[in-house]
Amino acid sequence: MKPKFEPNAKYQPKEFSFKSKKKIKDILANYPSNQARSAIMPLLDLAQREVAAVGAKEKKPYGGWIPRAAMDEIANIVGQPPIKVYEVATFYSMYNLAPVGKYLVQFCTTTPCWLCGSTKILEAAEAHLNIKMGESTKDGLFTLMEVECLGACVNGPMVQINDDYYEDLTPENIVSVLESLAAGKKPTVGSQTKRKGSMAITGPTSLEAEAKKAGVV
Amino acid sequence: MPKLTINGMEIEVESGTSVLQAAEMLGIEIPRFCYHDRLSVPANCRMCLVEVKGAPKPVASCAMAVGDGMEVTTNSEVIQKARKGVMEMMLINHPLDCPICDQGGECDLQDQAYGYGFDRSRYRETKRAVKNKDIGPLIKTVMTRCIQCTRCVRFGEEIAGTADLGLLNRGEDVEIGTFVEKAVSSEMSGNMIDICPVGALTSKPYAFHARPWELKKTESIDVHDAVGSNIRVDSRGGEVMRVLPRLHEGINEEWINDKTRFAYDGLKTRRLDTPYIRNAQSGKLEKASWDEALNTVAEKLKSTSPEKIAAFAGDLVDVESTLALKDLMNGLNVSNTECRTDGAFVNTDTRASYLFNTGIEAIEEADAIILVGTNPKHEAALVNARIRKTWLSKRVPIALIGAPVDLPYPYEHLGSSAESISKLTKAFAKKLGAEKPMIIVGDQIFNRSDASALHTQLRNAAHKMGCVQEGWNGFNILHRHAGRVGALDVGFTATQPINVGDMDVVYLMNSDEESILSDCSDGSLVIYQGHHGDAAAHRADVILPGAAYTEKNATYVNTEGRVQLGKQSVFPVGDAKEDWKIVKALSNRLNVELPYLTLIDLRERMSREWPHFDKIDALPNETWPDDMMTGKEKASNCLKSPFKLSIENFYTTNVIARASKTMQECVEAFTKTKPQKKAAE
Repeated sequence: MKPKFEPNAKYQPKEFSFKSKKKIKDILANYPSNQARSAIMPLLDLAQREVAAVGAKEKKPYGGWIPRAAMDEIANIVGQPPIKVYEVATFYSMYNLAPVGKYLVQFCTTTPCWLCGSTKILEAAEAHLNIKMGESTKDGLFTLMEVECLGACVNGPMVQINDDYYEDLTPENIVSVLESLAAGKKPTVGSQTKRKGSMAITGPTSLEAEAKKAGVV
Repeated sequence: MPKLTINGMEIEVESGTSVLQAAEMLGIEIPRFCYHDRLSVPANCRMCLVEVKGAPKPVASCAMAVGDGMEVTTNSEVIQKARKGVMEMMLINHPLDCPICDQGGECDLQDQAYGYGFDRSRYRETKRAVKNKDIGPLIKTVMTRCIQCTRCVRFGEEIAGTADLGLLNRGEDVEIGTFVEKAVSSEMSGNMIDICPVGALTSKPYAFHARPWELKKTESIDVHDAVGSNIRVDSRGGEVMRVLPRLHEGINEEWINDKTRFAYDGLKTRRLDTPYIRNAQSGKLEKASWDEALNTVAEKLKSTSPEKIAAFAGDLVDVESTLALKDLMNGLNVSNTECRTDGAFVNTDTRASYLFNTGIEAIEEADAIILVGTNPKHEAALVNARIRKTWLSKRVPIALIGAPVDLPYPYEHLGSSAESISKLTKAFAKKLGAEKPMIIVGDQIFNRSDASALHTQLRNAAHKMGCVQEGWNGFNILHRHAGRVGALDVGFTATQPINVGDMDVVYLMNSDEESILSDCSDGSLVIYQGHHGDAAAHRADVILPGAAYTEKNATYVNTEGRVQLGKQSVFPVGDAKEDWKIVKALSNRLNVELPYLTLIDLRERMSREWPHFDKIDALPNETWPDDMMTGKEKASNCLKSPFKLSIENFYTTNVIARASKTMQECVEAFTKTKPQKKAAE
């Protein structure tokens, strides 16, 4: 579950302004001018990414999140009362409303992943980072978060770290993913067992000729 | 037009009607929580499920538009079971605190649980609890009771135009809130209490005071503004417990503003309950008997020459007592009678020249609205709500001349002074090509030396814009005081402004106007007939305690010129009496014969001279004489100074509101916060 929105918390900055005015203009251009409130969602995303871009270079916390000031600014841009933005931002789990680590590790714990051993993956990650679910590491690098199904059930168990999926996890390879992220390297995205896409582990069971032709086997 | 059958009954309705509405036309009741006639349809409570032939599962009837040949069943076993399921789901997290809930006895959830609820719960887990929100001094919240119907959210967004509340988070965590702690700042916020189907939003001042079945309900008329909202006064014993709106499509629909709803506690404090006479030696007011007080007044009136006597009728007067006072003054040959106490000398040539001629309901027909020197939000919140409704439904262009104010719809600001009036006729109306334009003029703008020139110019402007045509009179004066139009109707006006300083006797009926009080000369005898110890009682030499609007049967005329009857709900406090009876008693001592002994006689006298008083609740259709065009004064005589607004504080506009603790709390809570910048979509 994502952290609660605390509009008056100490970590909330007093002011927020978007870096890229052009991106705002581009987003607003996607919608009719009398339906500007449709732009709330992409603008929230933009705010989160801009915070992340700054955080990656400067001070803690490192990750992307949306301060209240940003929501008020968005309300201003689209000409809506702030509550309309709060409603949207609190509804979706992908908008972080409190500071998170540079790498937000979202654990899928829904049934298919859970059956495939997501609990063990989680325990391994918790032991490695020495934090519990919902907490962040002191260096501001990692935050662990529990989420519902992310739709990669075939390759479960899996986690989403920022924008990327890491699939077919084992207690060992989740640790190596986290280690290489901490070292500033970019681990392989997708299946950690070199599986192609969502193909069966034993190789293709149908459309074999096509798979060969495409060179995936 | 689609034809459909509901429970075997055939009905033909307009396309676009929902199944729920069609069923209602047939008299079939469908339970609902989130659906409300005057709000948008979210279909999130699922209580109104019905079976439609061909549909695989029950459908929400509130959001289902009718189709030709549709076969609907609302009372089958499947539906009964589905609704029971919905009800059970809703009750899972609803606390069982009906015995201590203020909504008990008038709660939609409670009522419908009788029809669709179980007698026990199958739910063994812990219920969720939601933190209560502090949203100001008027609305008490118990958010655990909330069933997330979102009526309050939609009311704020759509009717009031201040979107403060929202539905936050999701799933199990979903809750209604403002998020950033703040008061819901709308002068219509009290209506959220009425539309809340459960006890989540209840009245804070009324909390734990009474149960609905203990209350005597009296259908009456509101006097806090000139709209004449229809209200229901609930009383217990001799006490007004609360005020609720009453449906009137032509005036207030089913809303009332917060002052109407919550200022009733002012009826219990600072009341004048016995006559007083000022002791000449000590200079202090001393309690007196009615005989002493009336004799003092009578003797002084007898010994004073008529041109040294003036009578004023204030903001809250009813027509009967105004007329009685007028008859008395006429009997004494006094011509100094005036109801426009604040100096707003609105033109009284014909009735049409001071009425809201279009009517409040017909605002919805207008295709251009021009506000002149008025802040409808404060002066007539329900007229304002109607303008917003019109703007929401068809984005009607709105312009304002006068002090710029914060309104829940966008408007074009054409200027601040009389000069802009001629500008508007040329630019605004022509640009739009409006067919039914209307102009709404605040009566306060006539509180200047150029009142008559201003009136001429406004009438000319209205004519040039095409405001006045066959079947449409778009020239409107928006009054602020409940008593004003009625007093103008019975001609309680002087031909010339009265010089109060010259008067030896000043008779103030319900008038607390500071400017008059400060003008009264030291030697003059000031008589105050009223119900609250406010400014005038402070200055008065004789006080005759009268009845407040909940304590008398009285006639009021609203700004549209609609005659309405207020009903007595409780008795006047202490020795106070109905106002016309006080005047009648005084007339006996002055040997002036007032030809009526009962209220019925008095009303007959009223309608004999002014037949429109016979037509209760009828919207007048006053003729607009052609010579209205020929103004006596030139537009150039208008002053250049900008129009001013008289109401600085919505919550304290009259003696009742000023005596009300709740209104004081509102002043603290709302007028000290910054107003919202932008209107809600």
